[in-house]
Amino acid sequence: MREVKLSIVGFGVVGRGVAEVVARKRAEIGERFGLDLRIVAVVDLWGAALASDADGGGLDPRRILDALQKGGAEGLSPRESLEAHGVRVEELQSPDVIQEVEHDVTVEATPTNVDNDGEPGTSHILTALKAGRHVVTSNKGPLALHFNKLMQAAKRADRKIGFEATVGGAMPIISLRDTLAGNEILCIKGILNGTCNYILTRMGEENMPFEHALREAQEMGIAEADPRSDVLGVDTAVKLVILANALLGLDAAYKDVRVTGITEITPEALSLARDNGYVIKLIGEVDRDGKLEVAPKLVPETHPLNVGGTLNAALLKTDLAGEVMVVGRGAGGIEAASAIISDIIRIFKN
Amino acid sequence: MKVSMDIELKDVPGQLVSALIPISELGGNIISVLHHRDRKTQRGTIPVQVVFDVEESKLAALLQRLRERGITVVRVGAERLKEAVFVLLIGHIVRSGVKELINEVDGTGVAEVVELFLSMPAVEEKSAAALKIRAIGKMELERALDIVEGFAARCGILVVRPIEDEL
Repeated sequence: MREVKLSIVGFGVVGRGVAEVVARKRAEIGERFGLDLRIVAVVDLWGAALASDADGGGLDPRRILDALQKGGAEGLSPRESLEAHGVRVEELQSPDVIQEVEHDVTVEATPTNVDNDGEPGTSHILTALKAGRHVVTSNKGPLALHFNKLMQAAKRADRKIGFEATVGGAMPIISLRDTLAGNEILCIKGILNGTCNYILTRMGEENMPFEHALREAQEMGIAEADPRSDVLGVDTAVKLVILANALLGLDAAYKDVRVTGITEITPEALSLARDNGYVIKLIGEVDRDGKLEVAPKLVPETHPLNVGGTLNAALLKTDLAGEVMVVGRGAGGIEAASAIISDIIRIFKN
Repeated sequence: MKVSMDIELKDVPGQLVSALIPISELGGNIISVLHHRDRKTQRGTIPVQVVFDVEESKLAALLQRLRERGITVVRVGAERLKEAVFVLLIGHIVRSGVKELINEVDGTGVAEVVELFLSMPAVEEKSAAALKIRAIGKMELERALDIVEGFAARCGILVVRPIEDEL
């Protein structure tokens, strides 16, 4: 059995999803892959929870999650919640934890920030690589803004970066690089934002205006309080840049993408589309000639990319395998954690 | 130009080949041949429907050659505008002068707006239009779409185009 020590940097929806998956599947992963996953540190803005000798070499993820849930229900801050339930919190910041706490994989799960140079994610990843950690991340910002820089840093450090969780959530797409090894990927068209897909699906089904569908999505927790990044197409564009660089080998940047969001779509437009056998989807598209576009497109009802609800989907054209299609859940803590856990297992299986 | 032609052939060997040779001699590209053996005419001939692509200027010569070979041409249907695209426009379409847009596309002589559906929810709200454009070829269709995009950009209208299927 090989021990794999993890630190989780950023303990929001995704970080907690990873802890949950480790709690649920640690024994199974040990049995099937010979890997003993241990969380040795959890760090967020409130401080750091570190495993002590008394913890037997790893934090108990169930205890941390329960503490946060119970404390949250009592109106306590995360730090108060943990301390109230016997988890010691240290005054340590993320770079210190990444550098000083001995571990194998840094799980970087802080929120995406494209406006601020991808920080703090970018620094977290570079620090981790320099300290000899592998990195697995769900954070789109650093990958979209500094793809080549990060890949080179990983190569220099002889470490791996897993970023399956940055695009399509649980839907496997980055790993198709390896699954389709030997193929050249010529073009990708995809639905990469579950919020937009939900809004367009509901507008079409219920003939409701954009604002109503958005509000419904917010009430269901599908759209964020500030939905601009989703509905203006920014989130799709960021993911498209990652696909362009990772799967098509382009040197693409966010500014190269022509972006149109879905805010102008009306129920009347969806109705006219339907009368003519189409639905409207926000499609991200990249090809080898460097075309990078995010825009609402007419998709024939019978087309495989016509997937509803919050689903993500991508259609890849390759030179040998022809067309390959993937569909899956694009959002959610457990879904992102699924991609993160797969990345971690892949690093140690190879 | 795409041509659909109904001809009648005698029920003897070699007739079909004889009818198709002139098409290929004139550079035509045969798209389909339907041989209606089950629908023999009272004259004992067999109706055949041939669809092919040929340059417009060669059509008269083709009909002449078929006549010389003793082949009866019952009907010639030329479909000049063989490429079509469906696009949606969203915005203040009528106010922006959609008529001028149609005139501009039709004015190219190689493309036409053949259908226009308008949906206008309320006076001050944005309307939606479904536009079907036909053109004589893919390049001409692209040119017509450029005209639509130009109009839309000038008037602040959103164009929703089909996801290209030739991936």
